[in-house]
Amino acid sequence: MNMLLRTSPLRRVLLTALAALLVLIASQVLDPFRNFQFATIAAYLCATAGLTVLTGLNGQLSLGHGALMASGAYSVALIQDAFGGRRLAAGWILVVTLLGALAVGVAAGAVIGLAAARLQGPHLAGLTLGVAVIVPSLATTFDALFGGEQGLPVQAAQPPLALGATFPYERWQVWLAWTITLPTILLLTNLVHSRLGRDMRAVRDHEVAASLSGIDVARTRVVTFTVSAGCAALGGALLAVLTQVASPGSYPLTLSVFLLMAVVIGGLDSLTGAIWGALLLVALPDLAQSVTGLFSFPPGEAQRWEGNLPTAAFGLMLITVMAVAPTGVSGLQRRVVRAAADRWRARRPNPGAETP
Amino acid sequence: MLLERFVFLTLDGLARGTAYAAFALALVLIWRAARVVNFAQGAMAVACVYVAHSVTAATGSYWAGFGAAVASGLVLGAAVDFCVMRLAAGTASHLNSVIIALGLVLIIQAVLGIAYGNEYLPTPAPFDRTAITVGEFVLLSPFDLFVIGTVAAAVAALAWLFGRTPVGLRMRAGAFAPEVSRLLGVNVGGMLTLGWALAAGLGAIAGMLVVPTELALHPHAMDLVFVASFTAAVIGGLDSPPGVVVGGLAVGLTLSYVSGYLGGDLSPLATLLLLLAVLLVRPEGLITRAKVRRV
Repeated sequence: MNMLLRTSPLRRVLLTALAALLVLIASQVLDPFRNFQFATIAAYLCATAGLTVLTGLNGQLSLGHGALMASGAYSVALIQDAFGGRRLAAGWILVVTLLGALAVGVAAGAVIGLAAARLQGPHLAGLTLGVAVIVPSLATTFDALFGGEQGLPVQAAQPPLALGATFPYERWQVWLAWTITLPTILLLTNLVHSRLGRDMRAVRDHEVAASLSGIDVARTRVVTFTVSAGCAALGGALLAVLTQVASPGSYPLTLSVFLLMAVVIGGLDSLTGAIWGALLLVALPDLAQSVTGLFSFPPGEAQRWEGNLPTAAFGLMLITVMAVAPTGVSGLQRRVVRAAADRWRARRPNPGAETP
Repeated sequence: MLLERFVFLTLDGLARGTAYAAFALALVLIWRAARVVNFAQGAMAVACVYVAHSVTAATGSYWAGFGAAVASGLVLGAAVDFCVMRLAAGTASHLNSVIIALGLVLIIQAVLGIAYGNEYLPTPAPFDRTAITVGEFVLLSPFDLFVIGTVAAAVAALAWLFGRTPVGLRMRAGAFAPEVSRLLGVNVGGMLTLGWALAAGLGAIAGMLVVPTELALHPHAMDLVFVASFTAAVIGGLDSPPGVVVGGLAVGLTLSYVSGYLGGDLSPLATLLLLLAVLLVRPEGLITRAKVRRV
């Protein structure tokens, strides 16, 4: 039974169910503002998980995932607008818009991925950086379509009436976001452990060896990029639904860099790192705000510190992580767990095993 | 009328392209020395321009500011190599140096944001920016001439340094065969730091030349310039200084024609499409020596 749990997808399904239970409990306990933040963690988690698969497992660096999130967000706004005249049940519009955003992300990912498959490290980084710098500016270039700096409004997803008229809106946001994110993560975990996942790692570790053993390197890279971009767009779509707006200001170059930083700090080599990363993305600005709250700055100065302190902290943490613990938080966590397990085993020597 | 406009756009594009070329050349310097694309270069250059802004505000002299920018570029480049980039030197992964550079971008932009605020600061140009007209033709402005002259002087100085001086020879040797050079008594680490300093100094000069022609001074002022210059560097295969100069001019001309004939709004998109086109057609560079791909 233990063996079965360890290897089979059953374990992942059980873990996901456990996570769902935790989300359910947390949504009851947290206050509305924390619930909203908890929901945004789910949105960011989609993007960071996709990026972890791309960068950590396939070795392709993308600085453009913020822009891909933006494509998801704008898709939601535009599709909602297209449905605006028709009387369609709100729930269905939500499903259709999210699927639409996913499709747009997948298409964008396929295009960038096709280019990326031919490129080496710094070239790919440069190309995706270009995407991240330029995509937000398109909102003002084509402002008739994308609404310029203000962006486009997105309708809120109201809780269904079946839950009762007084059901807290923020709790519904949490349920909604995690209902999308948890299955996505489950799918990604299965993917990572599948044949395709092994191909991805083989391509990352040694392209020539991978192609010698019959792996289609270019195809693997394009597929990985497509999957990753789809996740990012889904995350962006969720974020747009949660914040009720799709604007260029929400998806600047800094967000793209933040996403990469988050997965690096979280740990590139497993999806656990993506969870830490998403947590960090939401918690750090909050933390910076309370830190600046401790000092009494004049109002203008306080705003400067609030806006820039998280960025500086992110940069510092990133360089520190690269220097001290390149495996990130999840690597540290694994090391701590392993050390604890070793100590536990040492205290209760197993009679069957030889102790060194 | 058509011809006059074309001449104006061409000259304007060439002037812009020279500044891009200088910035791209700084990228190439570091790439040749350390096999790292310095993604923090835009942020570093902006930091130097901010230093110049402060010095100019304090002393009232543009040239004191210019000197301060170059000096702070040299110091910043050396510091970045010495304190930060060495961390990535031990690891084989390309990703690490890129990620560290991005961390640096965040820190620099955040520090600038805290110190100066995220408002746009005006940056006056030292020379008149209205173009000289000869007959029907609108030609370059005095500032454009200053840009071209400065870049030409900087490039000539670098060419002399690398081609004719013992230090330049050591720098090339250190990049070409680090272990053999070390055996022969070259301080390879020191040469690398010097390379970073020179590149950041050149980047600072490019920043001083570009920022007055863009919107204004802002922590993100060089983001787009970085993409354009990266395109120029890729055209030169990241490796060839003459190729980069040609690449910079080509990018400048393209952007000038696009914004002149199709609308200024489209020039960021054009930059991206140009980069995509170059990378799809010849990722190893349009103008570059044939080279063996390392596996």
